[in-house]
Amino acid sequence: MAFRLELREKTPVWFNIVLPLSAVMATLLLCSGLVALAGANVFHAYSELFLSAVSSRFNLVETFVKATPLIFTGLAVAVAFRAKFWNIGAEGQLLAGAMAAAYIGGIESLPSFSLVPLMIIASALAGAGWAMLPAILRTRFKVDDVVTTLLLNFIMYYVMTALLDGPWKDPLSGYPDSPDIRMDAEFPILLHATRLHLGVLLSLLAAPMVWWFLRRTTLGFSISVVGENPSASAYAGIPITRILIYTALISGSLAGLAGAGEVGGLHFQVMSGISPGYGYTGIVIAMLARLNPIGVVPAALFFAVVVTGAESMSRATGVPVFLADVIQGTALVTMLIAQLFTTYRIRTLTTQG
Amino acid sequence: MEEIISQIFQVGFFTAIIRIATPFVFATIGELFAERSGVLNLGIEGIMMFGAMTGFSTAYFTSSLWLGILAAMLTGMLMAALMGFLTVSLGLSQHVSGIGITMLSTGFAFFFYRIIFGQPSTLPNIKAFTPVGIPVLKDIPWIGPVLFEQTTLTYLAFAVVPLAAFLLYKTPWGLNLRTVGENPHAADSAGVSVSAMRYQGLIISGALMGIAGAYLVMVQFNAFTFGVISGRGWICIALVVFGQWGPWKSAAGALLFAMIDALQLRLQASSIIDLPYQIFLMMPFVRAMMAVEMRAPAALLIPFRKEER
Repeated sequence: MAFRLELREKTPVWFNIVLPLSAVMATLLLCSGLVALAGANVFHAYSELFLSAVSSRFNLVETFVKATPLIFTGLAVAVAFRAKFWNIGAEGQLLAGAMAAAYIGGIESLPSFSLVPLMIIASALAGAGWAMLPAILRTRFKVDDVVTTLLLNFIMYYVMTALLDGPWKDPLSGYPDSPDIRMDAEFPILLHATRLHLGVLLSLLAAPMVWWFLRRTTLGFSISVVGENPSASAYAGIPITRILIYTALISGSLAGLAGAGEVGGLHFQVMSGISPGYGYTGIVIAMLARLNPIGVVPAALFFAVVVTGAESMSRATGVPVFLADVIQGTALVTMLIAQLFTTYRIRTLTTQG
Repeated sequence: MEEIISQIFQVGFFTAIIRIATPFVFATIGELFAERSGVLNLGIEGIMMFGAMTGFSTAYFTSSLWLGILAAMLTGMLMAALMGFLTVSLGLSQHVSGIGITMLSTGFAFFFYRIIFGQPSTLPNIKAFTPVGIPVLKDIPWIGPVLFEQTTLTYLAFAVVPLAAFLLYKTPWGLNLRTVGENPHAADSAGVSVSAMRYQGLIISGALMGIAGAYLVMVQFNAFTFGVISGRGWICIALVVFGQWGPWKSAAGALLFAMIDALQLRLQASSIIDLPYQIFLMMPFVRAMMAVEMRAPAALLIPFRKEER
């Protein structure tokens, strides 16, 4: 008996749910070997990993707070990848947004009511501007966008740490973190006695908005067309260069908003560890969501659970927190493999005797 | 100004360039093999990290640096083979697969380091490689101490460049590898197995990336830290572009980079120029961004399937 890959005409809709779920299942199964290797009971470790994040009202809210930057970066990557603009730079764009928000939020002369909206706008602009650069390099000079977006992450990180070590350094404590933003610049809290801030709501609203944009607007539709078939879209008169630039702007501004949420709603300042790789996790999230903006929300919540749960799992069972990183990598790989079933079906060929 | 110049251009400066360039040479030549076969190996950053970790652990427990190098090579080959499974056998997106391999390898490196060493209060370290002077040659003024009083790994890096050039351009195997990267269908018609060549290119790349990672912990730092690679792998991707997919030019690019790096270390230390040190750390990345001219192998990034033409 032999197997053959055959092109599939159409992808069934239920694949959108079944594929990510099977990828996650396979990931957990594969990673259970590592848990056992670390000398822990797999069920105990996994229940710590997943249940602590939803065990109380407080923890549940915290999971949503943690998911917020991930929803934004997930959306940023999803939009970019739809156009096959390989934006690996959500990390740097997030940092740009965070710095812009911290800068605006600290200006004394601005009227109070304008602070929050201005911070949001500034962070989106900063992220978009930082994403523009690789888009221009790609469309003008044909430079691979993966490499440039990756390198720009490092450059932005050093820009940030230079600011934190220099002009933004706390003159009293000497800590490398930016001055706190003004009290009026802090995002409103939506649920009393929790950290559920405006950014959480914005991220949850952003997902359906991006979905609507991709489905119902000409520009959104062109983004997918350019990604799927550049030669046909050129033939149809779609200005590919312009679409790619727009894609970068939208993607970058979404990533920038992730930074605004972290500064305005959570930390009220910028410090060097403000993003523990949210931009990179966004790639895994977007892939798990099959680049569907609505799917980004559950995928981001899943990783928020994993990232927060990993700490309590580590405390309770001694399994290193880095299991969360392995889960991310494994999920990306298994999801990639699962994607094969959308384009191909496996046919068994019985050899004739 | 004269003071700056005299402080910088000493023998030690040039020795440092060669020392810093060594891991870049290994990893860049590695990446070159993969890309010439038609696969962009973005797993490089993670493979270097994982190689650094396994190399360090092996050297730590066996007290043999060479066993550590071997372990790092094998680790790199294993992860590169996984990259091959995803991109060659399954024909998946090279970009996303590469990022996946980097995430996975980095996760493995950190996870296993914690399992093996826990969270020690002092960083476990090893006895690093020491420079081995080559008799006679090392006594040549200037050139001697710069080129011939290095570690054995650096001599190996010197050897890897001509060897790569020879393999790629002077052997039938190299011709096949390059053809597979340029025109896989022609290679296939001529009876060359595209997937076998791509796997070979990748596995060689993994071995060299593993060595590069191990070099960093065994020569430069003598301990494993989570920031040991910190973007060096990505720089190598840019170096291959800069070197226009040729071994000599890529190695020259690595040397140029190392020079900028050595310069920034000295400028930072001399405090003659009062700039934030991050400007210097940024320089290699900015320079890498400027490697704009693209003359990539024609079939790079394109999965090969026999039945689709």
